[in-house]
Amino acid sequence: MSNEVPDEILTILARDARTPSDTIAKMTGRSVEEVKDAVRDYEQRGVIKTYHTVIDWEKTGCEKVVAFIDVKVTPARDVGFDAVACRIARFAQVQSVWLVSGGSDLRVVVEAPNLRELATFVAEKLATIDGVTGTTSHFLLKRYKEDGALFFESEQDQRLVVSP
Amino acid sequence: MSQSLSLKPLSKTALDVPFSGIRRFFDIAASMQDVVSLGVGEPDFVTPWSVREAAIYSLERGQTTYTSNYGLLELRREIARYLNKRYKVDYSPEAEILVTVGVSEGLDLAMRVLLNPGDEVLIPEPCYVSYRPCVSLAGGVPVGVETRSDAKFAVTAEQLKAACTERTKAILLGYPSNPTGAVLSREQIIEIINFARERGLYVVSDEIYDRLTYEGIHTCVASVPGAREITVLLNGFSKAHAMTGWRIAYACAPEHILKMMMKIHSYTMLCAPITGQIAAVEALKHAEKEVEEMVSHYRQRRRLIVDGLNRLGLTCHMPLGAFYAFPSIESTGLTAEQFAERLLLEERVAVVPGTAFGAGGDGHIRCSYATSVEKLELALSRMRTFVEKLR
Ligand SMILES: Cc1ncc(COP(=O)(O)O)c(C=O)c1O
Repeated sequence: MSNEVPDEILTILARDARTPSDTIAKMTGRSVEEVKDAVRDYEQRGVIKTYHTVIDWEKTGCEKVVAFIDVKVTPARDVGFDAVACRIARFAQVQSVWLVSGGSDLRVVVEAPNLRELATFVAEKLATIDGVTGTTSHFLLKRYKEDGALFFESEQDQRLVVSP
Repeated sequence: MSQSLSLKPLSKTALDVPFSGIRRFFDIAASMQDVVSLGVGEPDFVTPWSVREAAIYSLERGQTTYTSNYGLLELRREIARYLNKRYKVDYSPEAEILVTVGVSEGLDLAMRVLLNPGDEVLIPEPCYVSYRPCVSLAGGVPVGVETRSDAKFAVTAEQLKAACTERTKAILLGYPSNPTGAVLSREQIIEIINFARERGLYVVSDEIYDRLTYEGIHTCVASVPGAREITVLLNGFSKAHAMTGWRIAYACAPEHILKMMMKIHSYTMLCAPITGQIAAVEALKHAEKEVEEMVSHYRQRRRLIVDGLNRLGLTCHMPLGAFYAFPSIESTGLTAEQFAERLLLEERVAVVPGTAFGAGGDGHIRCSYATSVEKLELALSRMRTFVEKLR
């Protein structure tokens, strides 16, 4: 793994994807055009995958059921886990798929409007895929932190307005 | 009991020290709503969680005692390791490092140990508001050496030489500088040290902003040849580790100087608070990544604010360290005091007039960028309204 210093444009966008280009330009000492070109290039090369928003759905009243599913897989010749992982990843209900070390092979995050639909998805789609030998579901009960955002009250600025 | 009481006056030394020029602005700003403050001299980050967590754990375990006068040996060892690793300077944790209650206390101790009544201390200005009072309170005489914006506020050995008299005892350096953001190059430091050695002067170096440099790594004054034996090095956790409220810092000096500082500290402070010391150990051991992350924020905000100020016609050199921009406001025709006061009352942006920081500060304001990008942009847009109104 190489350990290059990341481009500041990327670290700024990773913190806040909505930072305007001209602000990024001022923050990095580059021109607005340079910033826009770089971002476009990152998007085209797939370095920037997408921009998304972390939402506390509970506060909106439209809660969803989320499950973290450990999936055991028999790796296939030549493609290892990739074929099964890609097959799982294509389902719209699936938010994330990772290959992980430990007792199971894939960790899958599934989101559904209710428990019944989620159970159906696991039983009928996930568990029946060729190569999947077992699943263990963990249901999400409460969020504390997600993608760097705290879901409980964080610190307020309590400094004096003017200090030495 | 009806006889009127005529108490004797308070100490002349205490009465003669002026209140800080910052106080007035604090009082006005504190009474107003919706102020965007660029007047804050402390990080907007809270102390990294791992550091807070270590302190909480220590309280749970009941670590609530005094420590050695010098401070926890483990902390002194970590400080020694840090200075060796980063600057190749070696201080003995047993005899040459004292944990103090902020650099504030370290400064006070250094002056009390070095000065006899009437001894002069050369202080490059504009500078941190406590330097002059600390010298005066120790019986010394502060001698301001004005630095200019065209030299990027870096003092030269020549300027110090010109201000040096028979009575000069020490030079007080504060780089990276609050309020100017200036730093000294290694060459500049070497010249100053050579000069100090020639005249037998001590150097007190406040390097509390050592980690907040944006173009190249800081040069520790004690690391240049010949400096260590004449230098009292002061540093602390307030700025880089966002630990202002913990009140933990340290002083490093040759044993015979440090021992005197420890002696006074043992009588007037006893020791620094243990919870803060434990937190500081964690800060040095495990918070490097957080420090770097905070520095990257400051670096980006620095460009944003300097660019913004220059666009407003408030000429501002690119500060190389700390978290302050120090633009000239001369183009507006106002004095620094007028500018700061009107900006606060009319547009609700708090800045500190340069005059609060001594000679050379007139015509300038200090804008802290220890504030979020959104707030900086809001402050800049309010300042635009203000500056355009003046034209
Ligand atoms: C240059 C300088 N020295 C010292 C201090 C005080 O630091 P401490 O919190 O360690 O007492 C400050 C705080 O603003 C400062 O800017």
